[in-house]
Amino acid sequence: MLDLVTENSADTGQQALSGPMPLIEARGLMKSYDRRRMVLDGINLTIEAGERVALIGSNGCGKSTLLKSLIGLHPISGGTLRCFGDPVGMQGTRAQRLSMRRRTGFVFQKHCLVRRRTVLSNVIHGLFGERGSWHAFSHSLAREDWRLRAMHALAEVDLADKAMERADALSGGQQQRVAIARALVRRPRLLIADEPAASLDPVSGRNVMDLFTQLCRDHAITLIYTSHDMAHAVDYADRVVALKHGRVLFDRPAQRVTRADLKDTFDG
Amino acid sequence: MADRGLDAPGRWTGFSPLNFVLLVAVGAMILASMGKVAPSPQQLAEGVPGMANLVGRMLPPNTEPDFLARIGIRILETFQIALVGAALGIVLSLPIAWCAARGVSPLGRGSILVKAFVSFLRTVPDLVWALLFVASIGLGAVAGTMTIMVDTIGFCGRFFAEAMEDAEKEPQDALSAIGAGRGSVLVGAILPDIMPSLINSSLFALEKAVRSSVVLGLVGAGGIGQELKVAFDLFQYRNASMIILAIFVIVMVMEIITDKLRARIQ
Repeated sequence: MLDLVTENSADTGQQALSGPMPLIEARGLMKSYDRRRMVLDGINLTIEAGERVALIGSNGCGKSTLLKSLIGLHPISGGTLRCFGDPVGMQGTRAQRLSMRRRTGFVFQKHCLVRRRTVLSNVIHGLFGERGSWHAFSHSLAREDWRLRAMHALAEVDLADKAMERADALSGGQQQRVAIARALVRRPRLLIADEPAASLDPVSGRNVMDLFTQLCRDHAITLIYTSHDMAHAVDYADRVVALKHGRVLFDRPAQRVTRADLKDTFDG
Repeated sequence: MADRGLDAPGRWTGFSPLNFVLLVAVGAMILASMGKVAPSPQQLAEGVPGMANLVGRMLPPNTEPDFLARIGIRILETFQIALVGAALGIVLSLPIAWCAARGVSPLGRGSILVKAFVSFLRTVPDLVWALLFVASIGLGAVAGTMTIMVDTIGFCGRFFAEAMEDAEKEPQDALSAIGAGRGSVLVGAILPDIMPSLINSSLFALEKAVRSSVVLGLVGAGGIGQELKVAFDLFQYRNASMIILAIFVIVMVMEIITDKLRARIQ
């Protein structure tokens, strides 16, 4: 935890003097796709380094939009957003956005692997964006130390023996584990997962969530994920943030979330 | 047996009065044009003996060893024009298609201009390009190669760009989300996804290049077409029939090879 704060402060010189900054800080965050309806309508959210935060809410409440806005994949329409202390969105520069993304791992609901490439090549893709990575599109052309890092990441998700298989030859659960290895190969400080277990059967979903939280704990990675499965939200997160109609309905420790809270979140 | 309350739908529900008027107008235009440019029965009757006479003078095809050796060299040159022109065109088409593909292009809205440039290359016929290159570079195979290259860029540039636009978006988003640049997204996610389509289009381009390269010689751009023109100009019809036979064989061989390669990719 300590070295995370130190590294963060080094990235933004003046913050080092004013103490540790939250990893993510959103104030009055707004997002609209068509200027008529606000998908995010004044979100206030602070996430500290090392936390595991579950975002819950019904379909269309803005969970995925919030996750993608956090790393600048969806430009925000208003408010302020800082990630790793740097502004994201309208106030941030392209360099800041890329730098922030390079410290972040992202796992999508569908695994988003390049189907025709080997598992190893897909994991090496997680290193794209680092200096001299343009030729890393195939494991055959990647640097040897990158190949080794990717093999270590695959070993962590117990798929080292599948390294040379084509990505689309794996089961859904295995593909999601490859996506986790790809997200973790660069040892990100922040891992964002958009319904990582939604496309999996209950047992595979549970295994993937176990793996996620274990790896995040082992490597002191901050985890933010969305889930429709309340057991996944309550069992694996330190904190649960519920969204409704683009606003934060509640934000409290996972063990204090009640049935009434969940009913409020998903009713109407 | 039939239900009296049940009516069958109308027979011409998809055929509006406007469609009918358009159909009649197109039919009238075809009939009017036929009066001007289609052969009359009298012309056909007179042409058949002329054609029979020509075919008679073409047979048997010339199989003299010296002549066969000469057209063998010309066939080799034709293949070289087609292969080098198509290869250069395919390689150059990749960055051009990347710049032209909407939503993928590093030029943003500038992709429209690149797309317009590719359309321009495609709409000018290959024989016109050949005339331009013969006039600027001079007679011979280099003008032919340049023609095939430009023609291939017009063809592959469009199909590669469309394939890039249709590539799966999720893997691209996944790479963008971790800080990959546009070039990395191209080589890491887009190209692997569209590879079968790229290979298919390239094989079609090669096939098209071989067909084009056999006629480029008619305007002095090298290859077997040049021999064909000389044979007709000098009324050496037995030579001409042998050259036509050779063209048929090389186009057929090329189609068989590319068909087999395509089947393997599928």
